[in-house]
Amino acid sequence: VTYSWNWEILLAPEPGGSGAYLQYLVVGLGWTLATALAAWAIALAIGAVVGTLRTTPYRWVVRLCTAYVEVFRNVPLLVQMFLWFFVLPELLPQAWGDALKSMAPPWASYVPAVLCLGIYTSVRIAEQVRAGIQSLPRGQMFAGTAIGLSASQVYRFVILPMTFRIILPPLTSEFMNCIKNSSVALTIGVMELTARARAMQEFSFQVFEAFAAATVIYVLVNIVVVLGMRALERRVRVPGYIAAGAAAPQAGH
Amino acid sequence: MFAGFDFEVIQRSLPFLFREGMVFTVTLTLMAMSGGIVFGTALAMMRLSSLPVVPLVAGGYVNLMRSVPLVLVIFWFYFLVPWIGGWAIGATEPIKVGAFWSAVITFTMFEAAYYCEIMRAGIQSIPRGQVAAGYALGLNYWQTMGHVVLPQAFRNMAPVLLTQTIILFQDTSLVYVISVTDFLGAAAKVANRDGRLVEMYLFAAVVYFAVSFFLSHQVKRLQAKLAVPGKL
Repeated sequence: VTYSWNWEILLAPEPGGSGAYLQYLVVGLGWTLATALAAWAIALAIGAVVGTLRTTPYRWVVRLCTAYVEVFRNVPLLVQMFLWFFVLPELLPQAWGDALKSMAPPWASYVPAVLCLGIYTSVRIAEQVRAGIQSLPRGQMFAGTAIGLSASQVYRFVILPMTFRIILPPLTSEFMNCIKNSSVALTIGVMELTARARAMQEFSFQVFEAFAAATVIYVLVNIVVVLGMRALERRVRVPGYIAAGAAAPQAGH
Repeated sequence: MFAGFDFEVIQRSLPFLFREGMVFTVTLTLMAMSGGIVFGTALAMMRLSSLPVVPLVAGGYVNLMRSVPLVLVIFWFYFLVPWIGGWAIGATEPIKVGAFWSAVITFTMFEAAYYCEIMRAGIQSIPRGQVAAGYALGLNYWQTMGHVVLPQAFRNMAPVLLTQTIILFQDTSLVYVISVTDFLGAAAKVANRDGRLVEMYLFAAVVYFAVSFFLSHQVKRLQAKLAVPGKL
């Protein structure tokens, strides 16, 4: 069998009339990043709070946060997408559900996708934050208390700044996961990069050019993220604390 | 809010959901796990090899797989496997590959990259002295790996390998994008046929949760059992 390659297809106009296929894919990258970054903001905020609360001595708070983590960790992301998109509007009061469903086209898919991905990712961040806090020597907490800080001040000024520096490497891979996982949003109609590569394949029949272009774009994003986070790590590191490469192997993606 | 619920639709579709859907999901998970661990271990040995080029090839493959989303990889292999198959047997047309085998190949190749990184850490956790001792006894590379290094690496990494498999079990739901009837696909079919999206998707979520939650608890117990007292 011989496949007829036609790389020029990338410069041919796409049928929707928005420009060349390449441009069509790059706009898709824009949607990928818009979804992933908004979800990442939600994930960092919730993840930091839930992860921190799991290290406190309040038993009911810890249990509640553990339940949150277990629920959103043990249901596949795709199923969660469907719950946010198809099920949630039906369970809310009628007026709210209708408001969700009647949002203008990209937003009716985009908003549930961001909430879903944000909460899904927050669980993984919460686990990293908790592990990071627990890896700190207990003396730091004692020292903070000894100089007269309250519990919340110790967390704010001593524990959390150290924790976030320590967990930067795993956070980098979580951020990449968040970008990659945003592709699942195509199932509820977000036209991000993978969705557009698939659409390009359907319009042009040039399967491998479409997927190869998307793959190259994802690899470039990956390189940019890794380099950016390395620069950030160098800026904020506390000497002797970020043990490069010493992290235990973790399952996931 | 549960007043309009039709629980009967779940009951009616149970045989379809489990005998077709769940059987597909579990078979796919187990086959991709076996294939992925074997291929992943081979990749890990290649990455750690002292031969020229070999570590670069394996590392390039692993990094590529880890940089792209699974959904894109599923699309890639769905179209690529028929062409490669056709090329391999010298056919003039791309061959027809069923959705099942396409999914098995995709998940094996994709998860191998993740299993590889786990096994690489496992192999590196074995003190180098043991390898040297193996060679000193006159064992060759394959004997040292097969009798000394890999058995310990597998034992040390068993919990992480199993956790990755639970993630694989959840990931198989993404075959939805190529319209395969796995457990979620079966639920989606019933949901759309009977207009019962709420019931079916909630039920699917509960089942995935129950299975993954139970399995991850078993992994935690195994981890406690395997832990060497005083180490860690």
